[in-house]
Amino acid sequence: MNLAWILLFLPLAVAVANQLALKKTGLAPTLSVASALVTFVIAVLLLGKNETSHFAWATIGEFSINIGIKLDQLSTGMMIVVTGVGLLVHIFSLAYMKDDAAKARYFTGLSLFMFSMTGIVLADNFIMTFIFWELVGLSSYLLIGHWYEKDTAANAAKKAFLCNRVGDFGFMVGILMLWGITGHLAFDQMQAGLELFQKANPVFCGGVLSAAVLCIFCGAIGKSAQLPLHVWLPDAMEGPTPVSALIHAATMVAAGVYMLFRLQLTLGLENFEGLQASQFIAWTGGITSLVAALMATQQDDIKRVLAYSTLSQLGYMVMAVGLNSGEAAMFHLFTHAWFKALLFLGAGAIIYACHHEQDIWKMGGLLKKMPITGITFGIGTAALIAVPYVTSGFYSKEEILTAAYNHDKILFGIAVFVAFLTTFYMTRAFVVTFLGKTRSDQADHAHEVGPLMWLPLIILAGMAIGSAWIAGPLCAIDPRTHAQEHAHGHFVILGFSITALVLGLISGFVLYVGKNQDPLSIPLLKNRFYIDGFYDNFIVRYFQDAFASLIAFFDELFINGLMVGGLSRSAESVGNIFRRVQSGSLQGYAFCFGLGVILVIYFTAF
Amino acid sequence: MATLNDYLLVSGLLFAMGLAGVVLRRNIIIVFMCLELMLSAANLSLVAFSRFNPAPNGLPDTNGQMLVFFVVTVAAAEVAVGLAIIVALYRARQTIHTDELTSLKG
Amino acid sequence: MLMGGGAVIAFRNPVSSALSVVACFVGLAGLFIGLSAFFVGVIQILVYTGAVMVLFVFIIMLLDLKDEEKAAKPLLPIAAGVVLFVVFTVQLIGVLSRSPNKIAPDLSAKTLAFAANSFPPTSKIATTLSQGKLPDVHLIGHTLFTQNNLQLQILGVLLLVATIGVVVLSKRQAD
Repeated sequence: MNLAWILLFLPLAVAVANQLALKKTGLAPTLSVASALVTFVIAVLLLGKNETSHFAWATIGEFSINIGIKLDQLSTGMMIVVTGVGLLVHIFSLAYMKDDAAKARYFTGLSLFMFSMTGIVLADNFIMTFIFWELVGLSSYLLIGHWYEKDTAANAAKKAFLCNRVGDFGFMVGILMLWGITGHLAFDQMQAGLELFQKANPVFCGGVLSAAVLCIFCGAIGKSAQLPLHVWLPDAMEGPTPVSALIHAATMVAAGVYMLFRLQLTLGLENFEGLQASQFIAWTGGITSLVAALMATQQDDIKRVLAYSTLSQLGYMVMAVGLNSGEAAMFHLFTHAWFKALLFLGAGAIIYACHHEQDIWKMGGLLKKMPITGITFGIGTAALIAVPYVTSGFYSKEEILTAAYNHDKILFGIAVFVAFLTTFYMTRAFVVTFLGKTRSDQADHAHEVGPLMWLPLIILAGMAIGSAWIAGPLCAIDPRTHAQEHAHGHFVILGFSITALVLGLISGFVLYVGKNQDPLSIPLLKNRFYIDGFYDNFIVRYFQDAFASLIAFFDELFINGLMVGGLSRSAESVGNIFRRVQSGSLQGYAFCFGLGVILVIYFTAF
Repeated sequence: MATLNDYLLVSGLLFAMGLAGVVLRRNIIIVFMCLELMLSAANLSLVAFSRFNPAPNGLPDTNGQMLVFFVVTVAAAEVAVGLAIIVALYRARQTIHTDELTSLKG
Repeated sequence: MLMGGGAVIAFRNPVSSALSVVACFVGLAGLFIGLSAFFVGVIQILVYTGAVMVLFVFIIMLLDLKDEEKAAKPLLPIAAGVVLFVVFTVQLIGVLSRSPNKIAPDLSAKTLAFAANSFPPTSKIATTLSQGKLPDVHLIGHTLFTQNNLQLQILGVLLLVATIGVVVLSKRQAD
């Protein structure tokens, strides 16, 4: 168990050391990479354990906030993902951020993020989850805004934090509601509490539970960038690419899915069947994946294509959770982490090689120039579009499609359409970036990146292919349901997905091979359904400004006027009163003497 | 023969008058004179005590009268110095009105 | 004497005030003599009225003080002074009514003759006492020069300092 505590707190110690002591020396990067390695080893060692332990962190009367670690199949499996991808991203960053001026700050942020994410995964009660949830948001803010001198980066960081905060408000309300329902905050004890509540209020337990789950889902909407609050994820691409790989592809955004599944496990899966909230969650996931995939087909920045693809895949996962197939969601989370990180790091390598050029229409012909990167990127793409039987992505996507088929045919239809779109836009991206002729000078001068960069790529490519087979013992996959659900409609689903794949490949190739600019131009999609603009012009301007003026009014009146101004004015007037004593008038002083004498006589004689 | 308290009453009244004069008058020389009045009142009570609290041999206690001697001497010295100051003040400010001597005003 | 004191405060003309002080001091000297403190009474006349008040009158004459009489009566100092006077008097009466009263001890010839025993029989004090007279001056001198000699010397130095101070203060400021 001590290993688990080291796993949790080592990155924090490294982050603090980096920021306080090691800013100037070049030791910070090495220290962070070393801690990532140690945590990965510990995570492997802890695999399959099943225990909890905690200590009370803050106690108020009888209530105490505990910091605890819960090791079970779900959390240890997730830790492998977090530490594994984390380690590879750390190694990649050593090379990618070689010329950066603020390396220590970057690695501090990375270590802080590792600490926070570990906290979410290993948490054993909801308050700890919330604390680390916020910490992860903070680390994301710091890392997105790493190049804060750029206005776009600073704004993106702010946007990310605000969207997260909005979601977290609902999350907090949800936690409080759950606490009220079950009477406990620790995961181990919540199911018993829920059953007590059910017995006491059989009539409206479902409704109340639904409401609580919906509120908690708000947190997932914010963190995993589902539809209303998805706007921060594409903008978060302003951060360095390894950060995008770690945080915004593999781990942080998956925290929402993880948390939802943990909730399901905690409260008991059977309690979620038929809940109104589950319907809502599934449909939110489905619509997000559809909208995101549509938007991805028209993006020109390679990182943004990948960002929307992440959004879309997250939609899949959320949909699976809503359909009560949390295991499918976790399976997909697992495989998606590897190949999405691979895609992002590959994109990072390309961007680095093309001297920070990110527009795909300015790249081209990179397969010849950067073979390792190209091939690994291709493998990642294959995994994402779910090439049958060979890639891990296929297996996890099949699970999700099966779940959708068995529960809701409309959602299944949407999921298949999204699979088609996924194939289409990934083919587009691959063809335009890697095949054909180079379209600009920077692409011309690109050459293969150093070993510190392609080593993680190769490892991740291996995982992209093979992670499905080692996922079994790692994720909380219940072999019973696995076999059961595969019995129905297995070939129908397979047929649909292969059709979607082939159609997407063909249309992608046909439309984009050999072209120098985008033949399709759909402004609605290109401008991301104008949602960003809507938020900025309407909501931000009216609500935020109204709030700001209200708060300014209070500030002026109460704080400035009454408290600060009042204090200074009263000090001034008291001073004025005392100033009159110094009148300079001789008789005045003499009068005070006489008064004093009289008082002395009074007090001594009477 | 009056009693001790009668003498003390008179002394107190004289002192009070001197005090009132210090606060009341605006001519600094008059203020000074009232100061002398106060000192004399103190002398009176000293002498009264010396007479009414006899020494062991039955005579009036000479310590009190000796103290009066000191007081008178010191008062004389103080008057001399004080008047010298007032003269210097008059030379500097051309006034002896206390209302105009306010350079200590803060 | 009390009327003299009152007059000091009341008169506008400073010379009148000074003369009322003189009258007050003369009354005071009379009181001293009534208290068998002959030496102190004479000193009071000699030093206080003879030297100090004359000095005051000199200074009043030196400085031109005509405008004093024309100045307006300010209410605040008068009120303050009256308040002080009244409160002080009230307190005084209060204190005196609680403290024990005493009558003057007898100074007849018998007491005096008895007191002569405490002095060396051949001294002037003893002889005067046995004659039934109170040698006030001798008694004070006896106490002063034996028990309080040091204080006397310091007083002398004080007078010296005062003289020097006066000389320094009254120099015209150097140009």
